[in-house]
Amino acid sequence: MSGKFVVGYDGSVSSRRALEFAVERARAQGGTIVLAHVLEWSPYSFLTASELEERHKRRREEMERAEKAITSTVVTELKDSGMPVETVIRYGNTADLLCRIAKEVNAVQIVIGRDGQSAIGARVFGSVAGALVQTAPVPCTIVP
Amino acid sequence: MTRYAFPAAAVGAAMLAMPAHAQSVDEKVNQIFANSTGWFVNLIFSNFPGTSFPWIVAWLVIGATVFTLYFGFIQFRAIGHSIALVKGDYSDPNDAGEVSHFQALATALSGTVGLGNIAGVAVAVSIGGPGATFWMILAGLMGMASKFTECTLGVKYRNEYPDGRVSGGPMYYLTKGFAERGLPGGRILAVMFSIFCILGALGGGNMFQANQAHQQIAGIVGAYPGWITGVIFAGVVFAVIVGGLKSIAKVTEKIVPFMGILYVGTALIIIAMNADQIGWAFGQIFEGAFTGLGVAGGMVGALIQGFKRAAFSNEAGVGSAAIAHSAVRTKEPITEGFVSLLEPFIDTVVICTMTALVIIITGQLVAGPDGNYLLNEAGTAIQTVGGTSGVGLTSAAFGSAISWFPYVLAIAVVLFAFSTMISWSYYGLKAWTYLFGEGETKELVFKVIFCIFVVIGAAANLGPVIDFSDAAIFAMAVVNIIGLYFLMPIVKRELDGYLSRLKSGEIKKFE
Repeated sequence: MSGKFVVGYDGSVSSRRALEFAVERARAQGGTIVLAHVLEWSPYSFLTASELEERHKRRREEMERAEKAITSTVVTELKDSGMPVETVIRYGNTADLLCRIAKEVNAVQIVIGRDGQSAIGARVFGSVAGALVQTAPVPCTIVP
Repeated sequence: MTRYAFPAAAVGAAMLAMPAHAQSVDEKVNQIFANSTGWFVNLIFSNFPGTSFPWIVAWLVIGATVFTLYFGFIQFRAIGHSIALVKGDYSDPNDAGEVSHFQALATALSGTVGLGNIAGVAVAVSIGGPGATFWMILAGLMGMASKFTECTLGVKYRNEYPDGRVSGGPMYYLTKGFAERGLPGGRILAVMFSIFCILGALGGGNMFQANQAHQQIAGIVGAYPGWITGVIFAGVVFAVIVGGLKSIAKVTEKIVPFMGILYVGTALIIIAMNADQIGWAFGQIFEGAFTGLGVAGGMVGALIQGFKRAAFSNEAGVGSAAIAHSAVRTKEPITEGFVSLLEPFIDTVVICTMTALVIIITGQLVAGPDGNYLLNEAGTAIQTVGGTSGVGLTSAAFGSAISWFPYVLAIAVVLFAFSTMISWSYYGLKAWTYLFGEGETKELVFKVIFCIFVVIGAAANLGPVIDFSDAAIFAMAVVNIIGLYFLMPIVKRELDGYLSRLKSGEIKKFE
């Protein structure tokens, strides 16, 4: 069975750990990796008129930058090590999009790291891990 | 009197307390300006012969009525769809990260919600009586159709540059739309629009705002020279528009909507506190709308004040909003038209009405034993409890129910003024680059001029300058609405095409 492992990846140390964890499991099961990078974005945020004007341009630049940053590092590493990997870069809410991507690619699991914010911080601002536990359509592993 | 031709300017003049040392220079500047621009102000704000009805108000209201009828009361038919669009029901998830309908609407609103909603309404109610509220709401509802027309065109004829930036507004639809229909004169109208837009941006969108912000701050901390406020404001504006200091803009963007909600929320609380008076207040509004309730000018006086306030507050037909709305990411220009018609609704029908209701319900207007309102000594406005007018009247009305609210209101006025300035700096810049072309140096020249005018606006009592710039804003409407009359068949075509595809299910919600 060649399942897909969706990994929430933002370049941080913890997301790196999550990736390593997922790669190990994927290797054992003959699965593949879907590297999901989410640019946090809300369509209900407020921008000035000049930011509106440049939004399309900025978005293109941000996508290019993210793509470059990810593909130039981890994706090449993974491919070199013989692990099939696809990348998905999207704008939106991290937890929502990880669920959506998992559904789209028919993933067997979502793997994310955690940034170790304090309990009170998570309570006030919410956490990706917390939201995923509640809403993930497939089993979800949170790598400490 | 020209003073009453533009109430907000009258408020400004009434509220100004000038530092003595600037008086002579100030008077000189006033004199020079008044002499050279007075004819223009008089032309724009002149009344129909034998009446006190400014033709520019009739121009805006007739325009709004024509668009309302031409598009078959689109503002009532489409409002449900407008809300669905703003919520993002019809937005492609793959376009996430692009400008959403909500963002375009919010940015346009931050340019219009401001002093007009707080000070202007107070002037309208104190001169025209509670009945002015009725006409204001009516004009606000009609204005929704003007916005719909201009913002659809703004998106349809915007410029999209290879680097991904988007630029739109009346100057572009006047040029391209007229050319497309084979009509002459589009370019001339566009140039005229741009000139008026630059003047309006420097005046009503800048000096007037800076001036009123200074009055608010001085009202709390005590009188001090206006140039100090001016320099601080100019510094902040400079940092945002030239330095690209996004963080300040980001903070304001978050606080301004919050202030707007706080303002409406507080108004609702005050209205709820006086729940037993609601019936009476609406009675006053309806009765006053048709009888005037003894107010100077009677029913016609109420009507003029209401129409004026709505037109001046929501800028429907002026063309400014079309600039802000045109950056939205959509394949269908008409969708932004649907979204933009919510703008006069929120600005006038909701926020302005709240101000009026609070003033009426808290009993700020003094009535005589016969139920008619008493006029002040000059006979120009209704007597108020504390003899207040303009922002002062709104402040007193809120303060009578919640004692500390005037402080919050002062902060709100300053922030609204700031966000209006940022928005208009952009509108002015777009007109500037239309005339002189794009380029960093050219843009920098305008931005520096804009910042200098912030200081001038805050420092001096430049009544005639402000009158002039207000006249320029409404001159924008003259040019813009002429254009809209010629281009409205294009909007009609877009509308019919879109609605039939919506009905057939070709356009459907995502998810």
